Amino acid sequence: MSTTQTHSPSQGFTPIRARAASRPGTWISAVVVAVLALGLIWFLVTNPVLEWGTVATYLLDVKVVQGVGWTLLLTAASMVLGTAVALTAAIMRRSDNPVLRGVSWAYIFVFRGIPVYTQLVFWGLFTVIVPKLVIGVPFGPELLSFSTRDLLTAFWAAVIGLGLNEGAYLAEIIRSGLNSVDRGQSEASKALGMSTGTILRRIIVPQAMRVIVPPLGNETIGMLKTTSLVLAVPFTLDLTFATNGIANKLFTPIPLLIVAALWYLAITSVLMVGQHYLEKHFGRGFDARTPTTGRGGRSRQAAVNRAGTTPHDPLPEVEL
Amino acid sequence: MTQTPESSAPVRPRAVIEVEAVHKTFGDLHVLKSCELTVRAGEVAVLVGPSGSGKSTLLRCLNQLEEPSAGRVLIDGEVQGYQPDPLPDGRWQKLASAQIAAQRSRIGMVFQRFHLFPHLTALGNVMEAPVQVRGLPRAAAEKKARAHLERVGLADRADHYPSELSGGQQQRVAIARALAMDPELMLFDEPTSALDPELVSEVLAVLKDLAADGMTMVVVTHEMNFAREVADQVVFMDEGRILERGTPEQVIDHPGSERLQGFLASVL
Repeated sequence: MSTTQTHSPSQGFTPIRARAASRPGTWISAVVVAVLALGLIWFLVTNPVLEWGTVATYLLDVKVVQGVGWTLLLTAASMVLGTAVALTAAIMRRSDNPVLRGVSWAYIFVFRGIPVYTQLVFWGLFTVIVPKLVIGVPFGPELLSFSTRDLLTAFWAAVIGLGLNEGAYLAEIIRSGLNSVDRGQSEASKALGMSTGTILRRIIVPQAMRVIVPPLGNETIGMLKTTSLVLAVPFTLDLTFATNGIANKLFTPIPLLIVAALWYLAITSVLMVGQHYLEKHFGRGFDARTPTTGRGGRSRQAAVNRAGTTPHDPLPEVEL
Repeated sequence: MTQTPESSAPVRPRAVIEVEAVHKTFGDLHVLKSCELTVRAGEVAVLVGPSGSGKSTLLRCLNQLEEPSAGRVLIDGEVQGYQPDPLPDGRWQKLASAQIAAQRSRIGMVFQRFHLFPHLTALGNVMEAPVQVRGLPRAAAEKKARAHLERVGLADRADHYPSELSGGQQQRVAIARALAMDPELMLFDEPTSALDPELVSEVLAVLKDLAADGMTMVVVTHEMNFAREVADQVVFMDEGRILERGTPEQVIDHPGSERLQGFLASVL
């Protein structure tokens, strides 16, 4: 109940003039935390080991900026691959077909259960394990063959490794998103004669996105940081590798860790802005103040009132 | 052109719905027991009965949201969900999902809880199926959708999302959405039960308007006054069986069975 305060005496009442109850604990804790925070900042600024001058010198170093570019590219490509795989796996999990369900379950089991680092090393060695890809008749003549070494560069090995691992996590997120859409939605769509594919594409997925986007944003930020493991492939152009390389050359690891940290923070900030707009886009039609269901009383009534649809109803009332 | 189904009438309109000995079980629960129903073109059939009597299940069998466990449903003489003739071994060949979708697309349905698509505006809700199912160009679909919204009195609400509409308005959008597919018949599953009392009449007004236009309709409802005024046929169901059927006068004013008398006493 948050009614706006009106001080107009014409409304026939005098609003309560309230004095807040004293809360000494709030003040004490605020002072303690503020002192600790200031101390930490002071320590960061004045500590000579951090070498802020070196940080400034290398923050915009060509190698570092290129590393940022590669890290962004890795993040974007792996998330696109991961989302595509995850959507497929999530839809397969919902299928009536036990083979599709089983394969999807196994994929999630394997790729979620093995550490990313291990998976990345495996993808780096893929060209050793599978030197040649052959298209042809099974057990018969081969029509086309590729050397995997030519196809699977370190970049793509990293993207596949990160993407498939991510897909296993996203599959569960997308599945819970799809399940969050009211069953009545697919019934109403079926009753209109829509096919299963149309129902998914036009009705279920757009509504599920509302539930999927917030954790998807988290996963993207997580992916940004996971790309620092691609040395395992080995892929050697990303931000972490670039700053480590410089650090090893200068024997100054600490300022370059700070350079990397600042860049990761900056990218995360940009991603958070993107997430905000995505949430806004997929939240359309749902009142922002009812984050879970979109139908609960007060705020829906508020939306009805705001739209001003009820009082001047065009259809005449009919007496029964 | 509502005609009473008097058997003495010389030319009776064709049967749009024929339900033949339909049974439905959910596990051990026998919810429909040998139901028979015929609804002719332009007729309004109203299904009444206590909750749990199977009327919604019967309605949902008509557009295959439920599969009958036994018996057949024919719409316009066409068997729903199966090939018209049995296979040599006596089994019935189920239709592919695309064919079932095509059969459903000819039947409009309105739900108790509206089930509007919350991420689309009122206009988007009404346009969606004509564009996606019928392949109508967007411009043509929009023109048609606006006409249907106009018909239910909501032309000026076209750009509102469902969450910005009252319950009665949402249900009228749902009716327009069903009408946009040019259905041969309309099914209404307790269309006013989820509405605040003062909003019921605006939805019933749309139903009456449709009935007056000659739409074939099956309505599950507790609104006895509506049944009395609009129904050609009132069907009383109890515990999965159709116990009584007839004109409103016969069923509502001169109930035969004790069960119907008891039911009417509780709703009137």
